[in-house]
Formats: sequence, C-alpha cells, structure tokens
Amino acid sequence: MASYSIPQLRSHLFYVLMAVAGSIVLAAMFSVHSMEQHGHIITGMNNQIVWGMPHVFAIFLIVAASGVLNVSSIGSVFNKPAYKVRAPLAGLLSIAMLAGGLTVLMLDLGRPDRIIVAATNFNPTSVFAWNIVLYSGMFAAVAVYLWTLMEQRMNSWSKPAGFAVFIWRFVLTTGTGVIFSFLVARQAYGSAILPPMFIVISFAWGLAVFHIVQAAIYEWNGKHLDEYVQKRMRNLMGVFVIASLYFVATYHLTNLYFARQTEFERFILVEGGIYPKLFWIGYVLLGNVLPLLLIYLPALDRFKRIPIASLLIILGGFCLLYVFIIGGQAFPLDIFPGYSVSSSFADGEIGTYQPSLPEILLGLGGVGVAFLISAIGIRVLDFVPRELPKK
Amino acid sequence: MSDINLQRRNFLKTAAGAAMVTVAPGMLLFDVAHGNPQSVGKVRWGMLIDTAACVPGCNDCVTACNKENGLSGGTAATDSQWIRKIEIKDISSGREVSLPMMCQHCESPPCVDVCPTGASFKRVDGIVLVDKHRCIGCRYCMMACPYKARSFVHEPLQDQNPDVPRGKGTVESCTLCVHRIDQGGQPACAEACANKVILFGDLNDPESAIAKKVKSVVSTQIRADLKLNPGVRYQGL
Ligand code: SF4
Ligand code: SF4
Repeated sequence: MASYSIPQLRSHLFYVLMAVAGSIVLAAMFSVHSMEQHGHIITGMNNQIVWGMPHVFAIFLIVAASGVLNVSSIGSVFNKPAYKVRAPLAGLLSIAMLAGGLTVLMLDLGRPDRIIVAATNFNPTSVFAWNIVLYSGMFAAVAVYLWTLMEQRMNSWSKPAGFAVFIWRFVLTTGTGVIFSFLVARQAYGSAILPPMFIVISFAWGLAVFHIVQAAIYEWNGKHLDEYVQKRMRNLMGVFVIASLYFVATYHLTNLYFARQTEFERFILVEGGIYPKLFWIGYVLLGNVLPLLLIYLPALDRFKRIPIASLLIILGGFCLLYVFIIGGQAFPLDIFPGYSVSSSFADGEIGTYQPSLPEILLGLGGVGVAFLISAIGIRVLDFVPRELPKK
Repeated sequence: MSDINLQRRNFLKTAAGAAMVTVAPGMLLFDVAHGNPQSVGKVRWGMLIDTAACVPGCNDCVTACNKENGLSGGTAATDSQWIRKIEIKDISSGREVSLPMMCQHCESPPCVDVCPTGASFKRVDGIVLVDKHRCIGCRYCMMACPYKARSFVHEPLQDQNPDVPRGKGTVESCTLCVHRIDQGGQPACAEACANKVILFGDLNDPESAIAKKVKSVVSTQIRADLKLNPGVRYQGL
C-alpha cells in the first residue's frame, strides 16, 4: 500500500508545488502590469531610495547563482569526486537563479519594454552594461558546461568548460560588487572591498541554496545523504560563513576608520532603526551565529541542522542586502560636507522606504521562476546526484 | 538681430521689471546669441550662483523651472524636482546660506559613465541630458549622481510642455533649459530671479560676463574633491 501511495502522493505534491510557484509568478506578472500602468508610484521606491525590494531579491539570486557554482568548480577544477557528481545540479540551480534574478531586474525597469535598447545601445563605460554581457555569457558558459557533463561523448571537455565557468563567475560577482563600488559619492558604497566581499558572500549563499535543494531531493526520493559527504559539505559552508562575516566586518571597520564615514556607520549599525536591527539580529545573529552553532556543535546532531542552517543563512543574506542596498541609500548624500542641510527634496534627511506588496511580489516572482526552472529540470532531466561507489 | 529682440521680449515678459534694465543681463544675452552658432564645440554653458544675494525662503527660480518644464511642483518623495532650494548651515560657525541646487552639468558626469544605454549624455556644449527615448529607467544614474540632481518619473504625466519631452518610467533632471539656450535664450531660473543670483553664460568665452566674473571673484564647485568639474559654480560658500 505504502509503496504505491507514497509516489502518488509525491507526484501530487509536485504539482501542488508547481501550482504554488506558478501562482506566485502570475501574481508577480500582475504586479508588473500594475507598475506599468500606474508607474513606480505603487512601489515604496522614490527619488531617494531608487532601488528597493526588487533589487534585494535580484541581487541575492544573482550572487547566489554565482556562488552555487562553487560546487561544480570544486568538482571539475579541483577534482573532488563528491562534488563532481553534484556539478550538474549546481549548474542547473545557477541557471535557474540567474534567470530569476535577471527577470526581476528587468521587470523593475521604468521601461521594461525597452530592454532591447539596452541590448543594442551599449555604453562601454557602464558597469551595468558590462554586467549585461557577463550575465548572458554566464548562461552560455554554464549551459555548455552542463552539456559536457551530461553528454558522455563530451565528458573530456568538462574540465576546460568547468574552468571557464570558474573564471567567468569570479568576474561576474566582481562585476556585481563593482556596480556599487563605482558609486564613489555614496557613503555606503564606493569601497574597493565590495567586489571580494560579494565573491566570498556568494560562496556561502550559493552553498546554502544547494544544501536546501539537495536535502529536499534526498528526502523526496527517500535517500540518505552519505555521512562523510554531509560532513565535508557542512564544514565547507561553515568556512564560507566565517569568511563572509569577516569581510562584512572589515567593510564596516574600514568605514569606521575614515572619519567621513563614521556618521554613516553610526546610522547603519546603531541609530538607524530598522537597519541596525536587521543587521544585528537578522544578519549577524540569525544569519551567522546560529548557523555556525548548527554547523559546528555536534550536540545538535538530531536536528535537520544543515537545511535549517542553510535557511538561516539565506534569511541573513536577505537582511544584509536590505541593509546594504536600502539602508545605504536611506543615508543622505553628503553634498555639503561640514554643513547641516535642509530642502524640499529631503536633502540631509534619512530617506523613507516602505516596501509595497507589488514590489515584494515581483521579487518573489524571481524566486518562483528559479524554483520552476530547477524543479522542472530536476524532474525532467537527470540532475539527482548519484554517489560514486567508494573505492 | 531679430534673435536678440525675441529673447528680449521673452525676457521682459517673465523677469521682474527692475532686473532687466541693468547692463549685465543685456550683455549676457548678447554674448549668448552670438556665441552659440559659431563656436559649437568650444562653448561650455555654465552658471555662477551668488549665494550672498540669494534670499532664504524665496522660491522664484524653482517656480519658474516648474512652469517652464511642465513639472507639477509637488514635493512628495516621488515628485520630480529639477531645481530645489537648499538651506545650509555651517556646523562649526553657524553661518547660514540659502542656495538653488540643480544638475551641475559635470564635465566628467558619473551619470553618463554609468548609464548602460547611453541615454544619459553630454552635449558638446557641456549640457548633460537624458534621452527620453533611450532611457530604460534603471536609475543607476540616480545612484551615481553625487548631487541628487535626478528624478524618476513615478506616475503617468499630463499637460506636458511640447518643448520639454518627459516620460513615465524614465529619469530626468535640469536640462539647463536647453530648448531656450538653443534659441539664444537663457534658463528660466536665471531669468526669473529678481536678485540676479544666477548668472548664466559661456564659461569658455573670455568676453562673457560669467567668464569675467569667475575670473575676478572667489567661486567654488560643490564637492570639488570628486573632480567632476561641474559647470555650475557657487560664490559666497
Ligand atoms: S550633477 Fe548629477 S546628473 Fe548632473 S551631470 Fe553631474 S552627475 Fe550627472
Ligand atoms: S535611468 Fe535611464 S538615463 Fe539613467 S542610467 Fe538608466 S538608462 Fe541611463
């Protein structure tokens, strides 16, 4: 009985999940339609907080898309069998998240209908334009890589293809960081530490996403993940979490070192209301301390500690990006250093931002797109990691 | 000649009576009209703003800009403001100054550097503009501008001025009233200010009033440390 009904139940559940993700994507499309009609007035964004919730989602997805490929790189470039068998899944997740992130970024444009303009009028000095190239190139690179992995005859090419992806994603995440480090006039950005910070952070977020998907797949198929593999991947995630925490701390400490930036740091870390709360509770406590405890304290073994730690890391990631992107803009530009200023355009004031439902739905829509692509990919093609027999 | 008459008529129409009899604006108009067609490529339009003469609470330049460019004049966080009055106070000395702030028409404009589509561009005469038909509304230029000079059109627009195209979902900022300049006029704000705070002209023409004044009085560029060489300079800061 059980052997008959469980797969059936699973198949039902699969369609339910697809329907949920599909409805989220539909709701996102409706939001985009309303934004098209009414303009961005229906979002919480304004002339001071020009990038909002959609950018938090989009950047998370894009950064994680690059980071998840670490699993492939460790397999292909560094030749670790436990990771090699997971490379195809990592590649699929990367493509899925990249597609989700880019969809959000594109649909949030004031004129999404003109996306073709962005493709045909290329301003070579713009970091944004470079990123468009990097993202499209990434799709191509990962697709080729997947092909070399999954097509027997192409297997011998998987190493060079993996290497190309390895390089490409470094450049891509650097590019994402550079978008912000070019904004020299903004106190929150314009720092050279941002590109490496984004790279290290991407490892942690990417691995967290991978762990969740892997745990779900194993659970779904009633399989048990090899203890040894589990331990190695868990420890690796711990290392990445510590490393990214280190970079975030360095970013804030270097800001504190420059007298001009201390005001900003006080705002973002102490006095800025929602932002310090999200930073300390959301990012540091829930997104780092707790996951690290879950990863390293053996006493917690009976919990499903890795998926929980991974979920927390992702939650922390969203908090960090919210603080970084929105808090960074909320702090006023220092147009007149040494003066206190006031105007009708909110000069010298902390920007206000209240995310609205349509923009949150748009962001979630990106997650929905990523979910649909991964779920369909996993079901239709053979992406389930198969452990190689132990030697 | 008719050019000058036309400008003068426009000028008389909008400017306060007392402002136009004085010599300086007349000279300025003369320079503008004659400098324009011949010296394309050499012209650098700019403004010199005398903050000492600017009256706190006076908003005439802002009102004139809104009218000229068909802006609503609303000051909600989502409304466009191409020019705004800023009251600043020196934290150490307590000295207060009032001044108009708008796009500074940087010589090395970060907004142009970052724009992915080339919609933000700088004309040969130094005016920085957004091509409304090319802008995709990504707002990266707003992130990059150190002066918070740009606004995003958050709502559908009505009653547009045909000379000043605008568009929902695109970014906009002070055009230096390019449509007036190209016909030999000067920006609406400069014309509207009864205290002649805003002196407009060709910074590259040694004979222009603005070039002469920039040479003789102390003036500064805001956030000069960023080395963007704005075309708008301030006096009395
Ligand atoms: S002030 Fe801002 S919008 Fe104007 S040219 Fe400079 S960077 Fe561009
Ligand atoms: S909002 Fe428009 S003008 Fe500004 S950077 Fe984007 S495309 Fe260029």
